[in-house]
Amino acid sequence: MPTDPVATDARPTPRRSGGGLFRNLRRAVVIVYLGLLVIWPVSLVAVNAFAGGVGPVLAALQDPALIFAFQLTLVTAFWSVALNTVFGVGISLLLVRHRFPGRRILSALVDLPLSVSPVVVGLALLLVYGGTTGWFGPALQAAGFQVIYAPPGLVLATTFVCLPLVIREVTPVLIETGTDAEQAAASLGAGPWQIFTRITLPTIKWAVVYGVVLSFARALGEYGAVKVVSGGVAFRTQTATLLVEERYQQFGATHTTAYTAALLLTVIALVALIVVAALRPSQEKRS
Amino acid sequence: MSGVLAPDRSRPEPAPAPRRRPRRTTLDRRSGTGLGLALIWFSLLVLIPLTAVLVKASEGGWTAYWAALSDPQTAAAIGLTIVAALVVTAINVVMGTLIAWVLVRDDFPGRRVLEVVIDLPFALPTIVAGLVLLSLYGPHSPLGINVANTRIAVGLAFLFVTLPFVVRTVQPVLLELEPEVEEAAASLGAGPVTVFRRIVLPSLAPAIASGAAMSFARGLSEFGSLVLLSGSLPLHTEVAAVRILGYIEGDNLHGAAAVASVLLLVALAVIVLLDLFSRKVTHRAD
Repeated sequence: MPTDPVATDARPTPRRSGGGLFRNLRRAVVIVYLGLLVIWPVSLVAVNAFAGGVGPVLAALQDPALIFAFQLTLVTAFWSVALNTVFGVGISLLLVRHRFPGRRILSALVDLPLSVSPVVVGLALLLVYGGTTGWFGPALQAAGFQVIYAPPGLVLATTFVCLPLVIREVTPVLIETGTDAEQAAASLGAGPWQIFTRITLPTIKWAVVYGVVLSFARALGEYGAVKVVSGGVAFRTQTATLLVEERYQQFGATHTTAYTAALLLTVIALVALIVVAALRPSQEKRS
Repeated sequence: MSGVLAPDRSRPEPAPAPRRRPRRTTLDRRSGTGLGLALIWFSLLVLIPLTAVLVKASEGGWTAYWAALSDPQTAAAIGLTIVAALVVTAINVVMGTLIAWVLVRDDFPGRRVLEVVIDLPFALPTIVAGLVLLSLYGPHSPLGINVANTRIAVGLAFLFVTLPFVVRTVQPVLLELEPEVEEAAASLGAGPVTVFRRIVLPSLAPAIASGAAMSFARGLSEFGSLVLLSGSLPLHTEVAAVRILGYIEGDNLHGAAAVASVLLLVALAVIVLLDLFSRKVTHRAD
């Protein structure tokens, strides 16, 4: 399985700095650390889900609340990824290909959502779009449009936390490829839209794909921001991560549904990582 | 994946502009409209809501702000969060550099699996992260270790979610490091420790620092992985983000905004710091 280009590219031959004993010690420390912190705990999610055999897991997969939660999560993720892809490609082009006052500040600000606590994101949206006390909420409510404790709020929260992911993938590629091909096309009479679809889009294609996969994984797994704006009502605003929490904290019940939902989310995260790792070297070679 | 986590060194210094005519803007009508639309969306989604947090926090002036922050339960939560994030960042500086070193300089079966393992905490939903840690270090631990509802659990959750940052910022720098310099130092009689301290460490320092800054910021803002794991006991294991949620659920939006403003200001400070570090790194590369 191909992995990160960092690892697969021309690597210096392993050298014996520090001698064999130290090398083995370092290796052992790293493997034990990652084993205890990540590998063992994450593998337990599968173990616990299948603790009662395959039957309970299959039953949990047919739980209407679980099906609804995953459907809601998928729809929410779809909209936020779509919004972020359009916005991300657009803002990347503007930031890289144009000069305007405030460009540097905007460039720094689009990274802000990655550093803001998810709970703060939820609070911020609540303060502006909250139905009774928010800045815009009451007006929107009067127009028949509920944001907070409704699906639009879920989309806003998810979009906020995933905002920089497409931009971070696309801008380096845009900077690296430069404008030569675009200028040549323009001098040959191509219009802006033609240049974008024929020249720019093919060069950033893979970067957009990674951005979309990463955003999608992040969107499916968002919890904190969604927790604040959702209200967590089953069959209405309960997403997959909220279902995991609710089912795990249910008293007396076995936790099969919680573990099954968690296992599904884990598998999706792993698949996203492997897809990105597998795709990336192919693009690395092209450039 | 490294692109997601590493500080974006390329964007602050874009394609060489000064060669062109010194115009303040290269926007035409079409791109100007695009920028306008993008700014409206960005403001509605990010800027106005974050401003609302600061406005809400400032309601009632300094005295009310200070009163909200010095509430014993809130102060304890903020203190615990900062201390835990600092301790975890220190561990990450050591372990992250070591992991990056082993991934770059060492080769063994399964090394590529570890590459995916490093990124897993970034892709795994935080509530699931809490659940899996609880499975190994909770009441039904196969190891017989139960740290659930203790401060160790807070540190454990922070360690899990911040794992990728230092590794992923140090790794590319370590890859580009030329082994000749180290070999030259070694041939001149420097021991492995001296080579590491005098040759390798100075080159890695900016990358380690930016990884540490990101890991600290991520720790401060962590919420999801703690919900199931730490029990969020007031004055004991409750962190700042959980305290904010507590305020929201108690309908005290001013208190929530006050704590949130502290986290926001730290996030802003980290972004400014990262920008400085990344410029230092690019200058180094020139």
